[in-house]
Amino acid sequence: MAGAVNLLAQSHPINSALSLIVVMGSLAAEYLLLGAEFVAAVQVIVYAGAIMVLFLITIMLLNAGKEERTKGSRVAAVLGIPGVLIGAVLVAWTLIGRSSMTGAVSIGALWGAPSDIARLLFHEFLLPFEVTSVLILIAIMGAVVLTSKPEAVARGQRKDG
Amino acid sequence: MDEATMVPLSYYLALSGILFVCGVLGFLIKRNIITIFMSIELMLNGVNLSFVAFAAQWHALSGQVFVFFVMVVAAAEAAVGLAIIIAVYRTRETLNVDQVNLLKL
Repeated sequence: MAGAVNLLAQSHPINSALSLIVVMGSLAAEYLLLGAEFVAAVQVIVYAGAIMVLFLITIMLLNAGKEERTKGSRVAAVLGIPGVLIGAVLVAWTLIGRSSMTGAVSIGALWGAPSDIARLLFHEFLLPFEVTSVLILIAIMGAVVLTSKPEAVARGQRKDG
Repeated sequence: MDEATMVPLSYYLALSGILFVCGVLGFLIKRNIITIFMSIELMLNGVNLSFVAFAAQWHALSGQVFVFFVMVVAAAEAAVGLAIIIAVYRTRETLNVDQVNLLKL
């Protein structure tokens, strides 16, 4: 949580990225406490590993400096801050009123073994699993096309046609 | 199971809500496009935490499978989004969202 607040407070994107890594790591620890060892491992590998490396490479590639401050509009300040406060009070009131309905969860009970998750993933959720693989393939192609130089793409199309 | 090892579910939900609110605030306040993107990841993480907490309460593994799918979509989104950021930077030479106000070049 301190990492999340730090992400907002930092003006330099590198510092925000590093605090985001802290958030990811502590969330992985939370998942482990909740007994979701598979999700914890995937969190460390995918988020703290792959996605954060992507972010850091982009920040370094684009040589991102300090962001400049801009003045927000007056309407947003007048309407937004009371609105946010009212919303927060309403949500907190509802949550406190019903907190007796939500039970407690035990810490450290590893009830979700990865083999059970695999059985669920490859039997009941087989179709969504395959669809996500297609989605990832499309994302890879889109990323390659977007980052390649426009002239290279045009030349490739001319070669094809 | 003794009482000391039990944690109320509302604590996890509160942490998840705080993470989500941090993400929304960063999305609205920040002017750097990369930091805005990181705020989106923060929101996704907050939702994931509530998914896992509810899955732990009901002992339902479907919640964890859903978190897995959310992570896959987040990874694909990060790849495409950062590619878009690089493309925008190449044409505009800025990362400030206030200066990216036209879709055409």
